Amino acid sequence: MLLSMRGICKSFSGVPVLRNVSFDLEPGEVHVLAGENGAGKTTLIKILAGVYDDYQGEIELNGRRVRFPSPHHAAGRGISVIHQEMSLVGTLPVIDNIFLGRELKPRFFPRLFVDRAGQLAKARELCSRLDLDIDLMRPVDEYPLTVRNRIEIAKALAVDAAILIMDEPTGALSTPEVERLYRIIGDLKRRGTAVIYITHRMEEIYRIGDRITVLRDGQRAGTAPVSELSETKLIRWMIGRELGSQFPVRESKPGAERLRLENFSAAKPGTSPGAKRHPVRNVSFSVRAGEVVGLAGLQGSGNSSLLAGLFGAFPRSIHGKVFLDGRPFRVRSPQWSIRHGLAYLPSDRKESGLIQGMTVAENISLASLEKASPWGVLRSRTEAAMARRQVQALSIRLPGIDSEVRQLSGGNQQKVLLAKWIETEPRVFLLDEPTRGVDVGVKHEIYALIRRWVAEGTAVVLITSELQELIGLSDRILVMHRGQVTAELTREEASGESILRAAMGKPWKN
Amino acid sequence: MEELTILEIPDRGTLPGRRFDDSWIRAISALCFVFLLGLIFNSGGAFFEWGTHRDMLRQISVIGILACGMTLVVITAGIDLSVGSILGLNAVLFALLTLHLAWPAIPAAGACLLAGLACGTASGALIARWRMQPFIATLATMVFTRGLAKSISGGEKVSRAVAQPDGSYQYADLPGFFLWLDQKVLGGNIAVVTLVFLACVVVCWLLLSRLRWGRYLYAVGANEEAARLSGVPTGRIKLLAYGMAGAFSAIAGICQAVQEQQGDPEAGAAYELSAIAVVVIGGTSLSGGQGRIGFTLLGTLTIGYLEKILSLNAVSEASRLILTGCIIVAAVLLQRKRC
Repeated sequence: MLLSMRGICKSFSGVPVLRNVSFDLEPGEVHVLAGENGAGKTTLIKILAGVYDDYQGEIELNGRRVRFPSPHHAAGRGISVIHQEMSLVGTLPVIDNIFLGRELKPRFFPRLFVDRAGQLAKARELCSRLDLDIDLMRPVDEYPLTVRNRIEIAKALAVDAAILIMDEPTGALSTPEVERLYRIIGDLKRRGTAVIYITHRMEEIYRIGDRITVLRDGQRAGTAPVSELSETKLIRWMIGRELGSQFPVRESKPGAERLRLENFSAAKPGTSPGAKRHPVRNVSFSVRAGEVVGLAGLQGSGNSSLLAGLFGAFPRSIHGKVFLDGRPFRVRSPQWSIRHGLAYLPSDRKESGLIQGMTVAENISLASLEKASPWGVLRSRTEAAMARRQVQALSIRLPGIDSEVRQLSGGNQQKVLLAKWIETEPRVFLLDEPTRGVDVGVKHEIYALIRRWVAEGTAVVLITSELQELIGLSDRILVMHRGQVTAELTREEASGESILRAAMGKPWKN
Repeated sequence: MEELTILEIPDRGTLPGRRFDDSWIRAISALCFVFLLGLIFNSGGAFFEWGTHRDMLRQISVIGILACGMTLVVITAGIDLSVGSILGLNAVLFALLTLHLAWPAIPAAGACLLAGLACGTASGALIARWRMQPFIATLATMVFTRGLAKSISGGEKVSRAVAQPDGSYQYADLPGFFLWLDQKVLGGNIAVVTLVFLACVVVCWLLLSRLRWGRYLYAVGANEEAARLSGVPTGRIKLLAYGMAGAFSAIAGICQAVQEQQGDPEAGAAYELSAIAVVVIGGTSLSGGQGRIGFTLLGTLTIGYLEKILSLNAVSEASRLILTGCIIVAAVLLQRKRC
């Protein structure tokens, strides 16, 4: 046994994300780690890689108990992570990236100098193993994403990794590139390197996995050799039992069409050319008043970009037609969208949702400040009344409306974010992960809110990575895969299995 | 079942931004410290005379006016290096218009305000529309406007001596506006330029705490992405900040021209750094999203008193610079929430 993690528990500000998870690894095996978004895969990996050290449980490496206080320590013991987001410094040459922070030292003055000749020789050898025919002296930025991906692997191998962790490495790769990656992994296996392979993709699991562990809601759903695990059982492990009682059946009475998209395309502007993962291409659908349309899809499928794009977060990339209440609507800017009755709740509460340093009242009023400032002059009484009304209506717990948002718990922050948008009185509500990082109680309050809006005739488009939530709340579910809508499921057709199949790009009907 | 949901919402109808919290105390403590130095090193009682304080206020007013505009820009998480150059340009422009072209004061001042506004808006456009970094964009404006000042003045100081076609010089009369703006009022107890500075402070205060645009300035500085997604017109707000900084610089330029009775194309060199120092000493963070105009007023007084005390005690310029550097560091360390 190369690695054994036992009874790992970890929580973030009181919310448990891993509960008593065990995981082990043999030398030379590819162990797939699977599970829905938010199941705890990434947290488990980060514990192993030394990113988090405040966890309960034990980790044994080669039979010895270890606890890594930092990623550096984990790397020193042969654990290398290949990140989804690249960890390369784009402006530095390939060779410096490969050895960054772990430069080979020459015999003389090892603290001052770098053994460049030794590094070059080793880098050449790694590159030939990885099928990389590149100039090691050119900056990393000059190479496309697929090459950078392999440079990342070279970097991991440069320290003679015993355990290589790959977090959805094929997400942005084309088919021949994927095949090449599989060959590289095969080569690693022969040399005795163990690989932890995180993926959603069914075909990948069966193609390269030796064993698989499935996480669900922070717990281990099961571990089995891949060859002995049927697809049906695997999906059941991933989604678990349906909890119908959480979501009482709602009588849906959709009214007139509120929002219609025709051949809608959008692309989130990326920082580097490679960062553009599946832009949204030619999506058409409509949402009626009083209807909740779920937008399913794995990470990078484009569903988040679709909502942000529709709201005007990056208007220059928008193509296609949008109709609001039957009238053509031009996507221009968030300000424009708000004026036309759209509201958008971003998934990233901290970065793009709230202004942490401002007060609760200032945050609640921000999107509808014009109401509280006739002729541009702020009326603090109107603003305070607005905030107080929302605090009361959503039962936000806080010391006072003039306390800073950062002092609030995650759930209450989320309510403040919702309150901000409720104040704009939207006709179409675009929700991206409205229940991320909040506890069960607040989740149910948010479900009740969504139901109330719908009853009042608001149209809702909902993204959530929790499948049960999606199924429980949505009247219809559109599934996206690689930037396109691949399936439209009615409430009767929607199940964890059918959504997951469609999201993985497989036919969802048997 | 949840009767404890809202413990108490203070019903003051007040929102922060107008709270007297400990950041005020820190801003005041720096001023008090410098003031205390003045009491100790009073230069044979000179510090106890009102005239000393009046002159200090008069001398620091130009920097203070620049700092008002700088505060707006810094709140949006930006920086404006061009304020000193815009001051120089407008000092020259105002002197040219009034002394050489004999314009009346009001249209001349209006033209200067427009010129300052245009320069500031140009920086703002580079930043908001073409997404240049504020440091770089305003650096370009700084160099550009300094060149413009030298170009329209021919590289010479624009003074009352007006060159005639035959090569002789004729002295223009000093317009009444110069005398009016440079006089002391209220029984000779306060300079008019100081009142101009205080008026600028009041304008900024109204903007920052009473107007919607002021709230948007804070929002843009605190989290531009969240502000944009909340419908804040972030581009226009940046234009506003830099445009106003330009306009304030123009006002400072007019004051400078009046005080010197000429338009010096080199006027205001390195004033942008003094203005930044004043803003920072007041306690407004360069990372944006916070700060008050009141802090800037306190910072202006702190720097003003410091310079006055040092000059009263005949400290050499070299030592004065060294000390000022130390005081800036000390003040900023003092401002930290937890040391």
